Amino acid sequence: MSVCHTLLQLPLAGFWFGEPATTNAENVDSLFGIITWICIAFFILIVGLMAVFLVRYRHRDGHAELPSPSHNNSLEIIWSVIPILLVALIFFLGFTAFMDMRTPPADSYDIQVLASKWKFLFRYPNGAESEVLHIPPDRPVRLVQQSADVLHSLYIPAFRTKMDCVPGRYTYQWFNANKPGDYDLFCAEYCGLDHSNMNSIVRVHESQAAFDLQLKKLNVPPAYPPDWGRELWERKGCKQCHSIDGSERPGGGPSWDDLWGTERQIMNASPVIADENYIKESIRMPQAKIRTGYQGINMSAYPPSLVSDAEIDALIAFMKELAGKYDGPSREEAEAAAKAAAEEGVGADSAAAANADATPANEKPAAEETKAEETTGKEPEGTASDSADSGDQEQ
Amino acid sequence: MIATPAQLEHGSDAPASNYLNVNKTIASWAFTLDHKRIGIMYLVGIAVSLLLGGLFAMAVRLHLWMPEGALFNEDTYNQVFTLHGAIMVFLFIIPSVPASLGNFFLPIMLGAKDVAFPRMNLASFYLWVLGAIFFLAALLMTGLDTGWTFYTPYSSETHTAPVVAATMGVFILGFSSIFTGLNFVVTVNTMRPPGMTWFKMPLFLWSIYSTGIIQLLATPVLGITVLLLAAEATLHIGIFDPKYGGDPVLFQHFFWFYSHPAVYIMILPAMGVISELLPVYCRKHIFGYKFIALSSVAIALLGFLVWGHHMFVSSQSALATVIFSGLTFSVAIPSGIKVFNWLATMYKGNIYLTTSMCYVLSFLFLFTIGGLTGLHLGSLATDIALHDTYFVVAHFHYVMMGGALIAFIAGLFHWWPKMFGVMYNEFWGRISALLVFVGFNLTFFPQFYLGSLGMPRRYASYEGREGFPVSAELLEQFTRLHRVSTVGAMVLGVGLFIAAGVLLAALFYGRKAPRNPWGGATLEWTCATPPIHHNFDETPTVDDPYIYANLEWDPDEGGFKPKPPSTPTPSPEHQPVG
Repeated sequence: MSVCHTLLQLPLAGFWFGEPATTNAENVDSLFGIITWICIAFFILIVGLMAVFLVRYRHRDGHAELPSPSHNNSLEIIWSVIPILLVALIFFLGFTAFMDMRTPPADSYDIQVLASKWKFLFRYPNGAESEVLHIPPDRPVRLVQQSADVLHSLYIPAFRTKMDCVPGRYTYQWFNANKPGDYDLFCAEYCGLDHSNMNSIVRVHESQAAFDLQLKKLNVPPAYPPDWGRELWERKGCKQCHSIDGSERPGGGPSWDDLWGTERQIMNASPVIADENYIKESIRMPQAKIRTGYQGINMSAYPPSLVSDAEIDALIAFMKELAGKYDGPSREEAEAAAKAAAEEGVGADSAAAANADATPANEKPAAEETKAEETTGKEPEGTASDSADSGDQEQ
Repeated sequence: MIATPAQLEHGSDAPASNYLNVNKTIASWAFTLDHKRIGIMYLVGIAVSLLLGGLFAMAVRLHLWMPEGALFNEDTYNQVFTLHGAIMVFLFIIPSVPASLGNFFLPIMLGAKDVAFPRMNLASFYLWVLGAIFFLAALLMTGLDTGWTFYTPYSSETHTAPVVAATMGVFILGFSSIFTGLNFVVTVNTMRPPGMTWFKMPLFLWSIYSTGIIQLLATPVLGITVLLLAAEATLHIGIFDPKYGGDPVLFQHFFWFYSHPAVYIMILPAMGVISELLPVYCRKHIFGYKFIALSSVAIALLGFLVWGHHMFVSSQSALATVIFSGLTFSVAIPSGIKVFNWLATMYKGNIYLTTSMCYVLSFLFLFTIGGLTGLHLGSLATDIALHDTYFVVAHFHYVMMGGALIAFIAGLFHWWPKMFGVMYNEFWGRISALLVFVGFNLTFFPQFYLGSLGMPRRYASYEGREGFPVSAELLEQFTRLHRVSTVGAMVLGVGLFIAAGVLLAALFYGRKAPRNPWGGATLEWTCATPPIHHNFDETPTVDDPYIYANLEWDPDEGGFKPKPPSTPTPSPEHQPVG
């Protein structure tokens, strides 16, 4: 491998790719460099000979074709065998590096990926969800990928890794990110209308503690119910079909802007008022009442495993706010109540809090999340503190 | 290479009647069984397809000038790149060389009057027209946006109507391709003239023969695939869509089992053209005839074993992936052999830089880059990084456009005088070759870099979405490289328009072509220019098609003619370009 190491130093791969950010990316880059050098050597040989022949044997006065053999078995065998040896070498190097890329270490940290049109949703072992992929540094991470609809492909250029998300089966990829920072993430498999907007950000945190703190933050939904509802609208896929500004999405459902409390015309039935029961039914059993003009558009049903009752309450609060009819606690009241509830729970989370306090330097970047980050999600199900939150919001 | 005595006596005088003027009614074209007229009709259809596909390519390139997309919304862009890819693949490249040049010259190179099944040949053309109409109607009227690959479940669940219509078009086009392939295989097998053993066939025929074998064996699988896809989209039979118990990866296996061999349907005839043209313009026997001939067959057979290399990240098993990678490298060898043999042919030759030769040299340059970058993609670890990025786009275009299209143009310039009996303007022909070469590299070389940096394929914009912007560093690089590529595409477009203009202008203003303007030794150069309706009055006998010493330049005629037996050596003063 010393040859590999030497070639790794060549500037070529650095030119072609950005900085590698995982251990495997460095292997890919060195292999890319080796192949590129072989290519350059052959290119110079072939095009160089072509140019020399072109100059020396071009047609001109006094020049005629010179006798030369029309075949030479030993020559032809040589230029068949040398490339065979070279491609065998390339195959072998590619094969070994590939097996490393495909074989996650046994202790890798699993993050679930749910790809759908047109976003990636990442779910962490504590139940937190986000649209930004948060990664702890210097630790093997395995992505367990699913797709809800069509083929997608999760591609992180800086990690030199990619794997399709295939509906109906799980796929996996793993990496060990060793350079903290933000990296681009793309969908690489064509998936329809917004394929080119199905990108995201990978954030490799400075330390495990910063990563843990981030996960903890992700797990707390916004205290003000309409904010939570807006976030769910973005994250749960509502946004793809229902606008909030009165516009119609092609193939989508009614806009939410003035939905709350109005009378809705229903196919083959008398009109209904859009109240709590109507909203809940429309989420749980979308085909029960089809609004006139939207027949033939089949919204899929969202059982409690996908949208909890508490989340439906948040969505209702959001719809009320959109229609100017929100009557729950104000933002200030809700946030104050949440803060009080969090302080009560400090005892339970003291270990994590102490951990975070011990690394104040890392808290700062985590606190300065981008705007995008503020809108990313939380999954309240399954944790005690979230049940408390939900209880508040139900009042 | 012995022309009939009657023709020799007449020298360059074209016979009063040739295949073009023997009968001028529309019906005589529409119902013709003449392989030459069918070849010309194919050529017209293929040229129109190339123009359409090319205009869509221009639109794609102009759109990508701006990171947010300059011309279209996402939906329209997706339709435009689908149109570009689908038209270029199914209507242009697959039929290009075999159906036009192959149809015209395969029987003539065999000294035959026609192909083995002339009626099937005409049926093939009408199937092509029918398929093309079906296909274009589906694409233009209903907004197909699946890409030319029709990957499931996207294709089976969205826009069902255009998918079904387009796949039916592909199904019909497939039959057209099968008919052509079958015809060529049978013709080569049964209708070779006395003296033409397998290893005395022109290499163009070897490549067309190999192509025919692939068309016969692979195209039925495409037919099965699109039928299953249509059944899935309409009846939900549950084979490709997981919602109904199917497997989307199975579709990819089906699709690439045809579509990988199909890239050899595209490139093998192009290699045949190069093998034919290069020795003529170097005035030297092709080097390593048997290796070139057998490498065509090797490519045709090995090409069936490598489809899985399109699926390294599709969730195909690691074992299958490794096996496909190994097999993929085996295809690199015969292609490499051809390139070395072509180079050796130039050695000690007498190289005439005609327009055709300029395109041949372009081919060698571009195909070398295209082939070598295939190593990055065949190698597993690097393909994981490069798959579905612009690196693949660049590689594919270097091989398919830099290979197949450039060779097609080279062949058109080479055989144009024989097909239409006119000479074209060499100066403007060479200018077009230069512009195409420069424009091509400017367009596609930056795309290798784009891809290795991480730019995915089929993106209508590359600035990211609201709240998730693409990093400033990548955005700047992407923008810069896309713009270089767009400028290159415009130069390339101008070059191709000039090439088309040169050829078309020759039809109206070109001076009369001699029987053998370039000094070729294959049989088509011994028949009249343009050929008479039945090609040869007598079945010619043949020998080695790459011996040029028996031809000499005839200044009176402006072409080459067989040397009288008394002349001892060839004159060095050849000047094929008047």
